[in-house]
Amino acid sequence: MRVVAVIAINVFRESVRDKVLYNLVLFAVLLMGVSYLLGQLTAGNEIKIIKDLGLAAMSLFGLFIAVFIGIGLVSKEVDRRSIYALLAKPISRQQFITGKYTGLVLTLLVNVTVMTLAFYAVLGAMAWKEGAWFQPHWETPALDPALLKAIAMIFLQLMIVTAVALLFSTFSSPMLAAALTVGLYVVGHFNADLKHFENVVDSKPAVYLARALYYVLPNMAPFDIKAQVVHGAAVPNGVLMLNTAYAALYILALVSAATFIFIRRDFK
Amino acid sequence: MYAIRTENLTKDFSIGFWRPRPYRALSDVTLTVEQGETFGFLGPNGAGKTTTLKLLMQLIYPTSGYAEILGRPVGDIEVKRRIGYLPESPYFYDYLTAEELLTYFASLHGYNRAEQRRRVSTLLDEVGIAAERRLQLRKFSKGMLQRVGIAQALLNDPEVVFLDEPMSGLDPLGRREVRNLILKLRDRGCTVFFSSHVLADAEALCSRVGILAGGRLVASGRVADLQAFQVRGWELVVGSLSTDTLAQHRHRIQRATTIARDQYALELQLSPDPIALLRDLVAGGAQVISLNPMRETLEDYFVRQVATHPATSRMDEPAKEAS
Repeated sequence: MRVVAVIAINVFRESVRDKVLYNLVLFAVLLMGVSYLLGQLTAGNEIKIIKDLGLAAMSLFGLFIAVFIGIGLVSKEVDRRSIYALLAKPISRQQFITGKYTGLVLTLLVNVTVMTLAFYAVLGAMAWKEGAWFQPHWETPALDPALLKAIAMIFLQLMIVTAVALLFSTFSSPMLAAALTVGLYVVGHFNADLKHFENVVDSKPAVYLARALYYVLPNMAPFDIKAQVVHGAAVPNGVLMLNTAYAALYILALVSAATFIFIRRDFK
Repeated sequence: MYAIRTENLTKDFSIGFWRPRPYRALSDVTLTVEQGETFGFLGPNGAGKTTTLKLLMQLIYPTSGYAEILGRPVGDIEVKRRIGYLPESPYFYDYLTAEELLTYFASLHGYNRAEQRRRVSTLLDEVGIAAERRLQLRKFSKGMLQRVGIAQALLNDPEVVFLDEPMSGLDPLGRREVRNLILKLRDRGCTVFFSSHVLADAEALCSRVGILAGGRLVASGRVADLQAFQVRGWELVVGSLSTDTLAQHRHRIQRATTIARDQYALELQLSPDPIALLRDLVAGGAQVISLNPMRETLEDYFVRQVATHPATSRMDEPAKEAS
């Protein structure tokens, strides 16, 4: 456990010194700022615009961070041969993979926290500017704590994306790993359609294949509760817990698969 | 118990993408290194030196054969606590400083903070980069990275150190410092296993060497034994030798070098026996100062071994132990 923590902290330290990360976080914060300006152009619905754009920015830039840093986690170490000296230290390959993943999740957590603070700051500024007269007309309060539920689900999605990136980076090139990870993320949002494929085609093998893919590919759609939260619709705690359990199991499977591949790999 | 032992260590790689075919990088390498020995692993580029080291570090897995370090299988965590490894042309994390990198590695060894600081500080001084301790590694030259690599290999006072081309990228001063460092390790009783194609380093540092060619261990033994093995000619030093006498016997002399007036160092072939020439020169008025056999240098031996074992044809020959 100590070794995993040491590796994770090193990943975090290296990541926060990477300029790419700063740029991505800066862009996300800027986009939230721009959402404030866009909100000014619409009549009555400004707070909804800000929430929509803010959560979308968090999701999108979180995805960029997870993919671009996630795919480099292992492949960069192997390409640059820094892994040679590291694996000669008293650590196992399993600890290496777990530590790398934990480190990136830690990095993501800090970034999502920064973006959340920026998001609430923009919402707070809006609430302060509009004053008490407008606020009763909004669907939900500006500083709605329910937004944290949506953010937590975004974070879980990013954790899954990171695990996918980690898995691909254990055996493929960074470019291919990035393409595959983004591809799976996109497919994951339409995964539910595969479950009812028999409504679209008659072929039995195609239906079985679609059903198998439904269970194997990540199902991202249930994590997207942005619209419900922004419109003030209730999100049952059961859904949140189910999503969390699904994410935990899926991540465990992905990290285990990454470890399985990595343990057998030759570093030529 | 041996510090290092390999038995029929073999490694095949697949080359080619569409139609992969096996390529034998290492073939049946059997060797032992005693504790406290400084062992030079020599061979031309592509001979399989780095492959052997990677197998010993379990960065790659053998196709067949077995390797152990300090009596335990390679890759064992307890073994890793007692060894150090410098990879060839090492590269580390761009955004860490030398001090941070070494502290990171020291913490992987489980040392507490005070001990980490002490070891890092001592080693930074020892390898001569104390002044650059807070510089990010991406700003380091190749030679400086090599020094960082050496420092990280010695963090845990290892019992066995593996150095892959430790002199690579270093200037003459740096090479001398690394040589002294290896000698210091030897004096401390540490087993040093280093690969190199610089034979002068091996000659100066090693008690034993192994020569690898075409993936096979073609010779191994004590440097002195390998060199003593072959006499390649004679060196005759004579005085009062007239130019006429020298000219008269020039066809029997391989090379004549003037040392002083009327004094020459004559290189003679191994056969015929030099005694006949010696007698003739003395009869011509020359004075014999010395007659010594000229032995092979390690370089001569190395070149001969490598030349007689071309990569494609020597896969079935057994390695021979000269000691």
